[in-house]
Amino acid sequence: MKQIRILAPTGMLGAGFSLDALARGMAMRPDAIAVDGGSTDPGPYHLGSGTPLYSDEIIKRELRSILPAARSMGIPFIVGSAGGAGTNSQVDCVGRLVHEVAAEFGLHFKLAKVYADIPKERVIAAIERNEVRDFEAGFDLSKEDVQACSGLVAQMGDEPIRQALDKGADVVIAGRACDDSAIASFAIWKGANEALSIHMGKILECGAFSAEPFGMDVMIGVVDDSGFTLEPGSTARRASLKSVAAHSLYERENPFEQHGPGRVLDLSNCVFEQVDERRVRVSGTRGKHTDDYWIKLEGAKPVGYRSITLAGVRCPTLISRIDTVLEQVSEATRKRVEDPSLRIVCRKYGMNAVMRELEVEKRFPHEVGLLMETTASTQDAAYDACNAMGGKLLHAAYEGQKNTSGNIAFPYSPRVQNIGMQYEFAAYHLMKVESACECFPIVIEEV
Amino acid sequence: MPQTHQVKLGNLAAIVRSKNAGPYRLTFDVLFDRDENYQAVSKSGVLNSKSVANAYGIDVDKISSFFEIPIARAFKVTMFRPHAQCSSGETDVYGAQQHVPLMNMLIPVSTTIKGYDDV
Repeated sequence: MKQIRILAPTGMLGAGFSLDALARGMAMRPDAIAVDGGSTDPGPYHLGSGTPLYSDEIIKRELRSILPAARSMGIPFIVGSAGGAGTNSQVDCVGRLVHEVAAEFGLHFKLAKVYADIPKERVIAAIERNEVRDFEAGFDLSKEDVQACSGLVAQMGDEPIRQALDKGADVVIAGRACDDSAIASFAIWKGANEALSIHMGKILECGAFSAEPFGMDVMIGVVDDSGFTLEPGSTARRASLKSVAAHSLYERENPFEQHGPGRVLDLSNCVFEQVDERRVRVSGTRGKHTDDYWIKLEGAKPVGYRSITLAGVRCPTLISRIDTVLEQVSEATRKRVEDPSLRIVCRKYGMNAVMRELEVEKRFPHEVGLLMETTASTQDAAYDACNAMGGKLLHAAYEGQKNTSGNIAFPYSPRVQNIGMQYEFAAYHLMKVESACECFPIVIEEV
Repeated sequence: MPQTHQVKLGNLAAIVRSKNAGPYRLTFDVLFDRDENYQAVSKSGVLNSKSVANAYGIDVDKISSFFEIPIARAFKVTMFRPHAQCSSGETDVYGAQQHVPLMNMLIPVSTTIKGYDDV
């Protein structure tokens, strides 16, 4: 089989890459450009709210480099998990930006949008059939959990994207997709070894994070019958055994097994070889399809509006009593804003704010940064509570106080910021499906 | 019998890091660029699920897996996150600043292993 070259411009569409590295990568004549567009890593907000991770302008800036390059060579361009969480509205958003950039450059092609929102009724029916099981959430998914979601997607495998390619798509904007599958889809479509393609996709989905120095930049993978070879686009980077091995462990639990929609890879016999100064070859990846096909559901639900206030404490008389005083102030705030939905969280930067119960360091610092947050069913209630909290802490009286004119240093006026509706993950479960494509409809548009 | 001394894991390894492995787990990687340092830590036998749980003051059943990966000169340990990513009061969206107790673990190694002097 001939080699298939996949160019990943960056680790996430919107995160940036160097134009020189892209030009050099394009000179290697890739067969497709594929990029990951999202993750659960930035948290549930983008899934719950539908707000894209990056601004339209940032995405368009990157599309202005990638789209004309792909079209001039007549090769497909594939985006997985478009818009950050891969919701339907985010797919439509990136699709619209593709249209706008195509118009700027006078480009014409076939665009496929592959959707990944899962209707709530579909999941509830699956729960009733006992076809939903926990992945890592630690609880069984209830119908109420599903109903509470404001964003609910599932990770597609490579099959729906291959179906879009079957339909003649030149550009595929896919909703939530398993990262490796979106990058691997074209190579598998062309007949490359599935396990090798998926493993290569897993490494390429982070762009040049598998290179040294690592960064959001261009990475090229070339898959053939017996393995794949990785090379960064930028000559300022190299792929090394260390960088590729380190990446193989990155943000995942099991280094020897890689699960995805409908399949599992066995990496325990992989061999990594330094081919030359800048290239690493990987071989020995094995894979198999699972008996049943399960897709991973990701859901996020709204939990209330939030306001925050930031303040510094310098006086040792307060730092040594900070927990007691914050407790008094929280109590007084709850009396002032009598909203049963109110939740108060005080983060004490300098005192266990980063690691909480995992912290082992107990020394008192000389100053503490307080981030006080209030969450409630309305933004007004959250604002009033946060404002009261700041005011009450500023003028709280406590035992041993030396400075009676004000306890905290606010950096800002206004001291309270409204940060809007907040979200939490509500579903992180597996759902059994009859076919790989049934939940991921495709819409074709002529651009 | 060669003499041993206690060296921080962070001074023996090239990389000690933490990161989300999905919204419900934290995964920690220890990678070595010097083979002798990796071998010394491996042979010491003191890096395991129980010792990592101790370093974080948690029960060992909160550790979901522990791997040694000789081909990568690496150890990997994953724990159940005390609170889900972005749940109320949770502190670290990317889980990227939870590594220091692991970095500070003391490893008994031969005095011929000097380690770095960087943490």
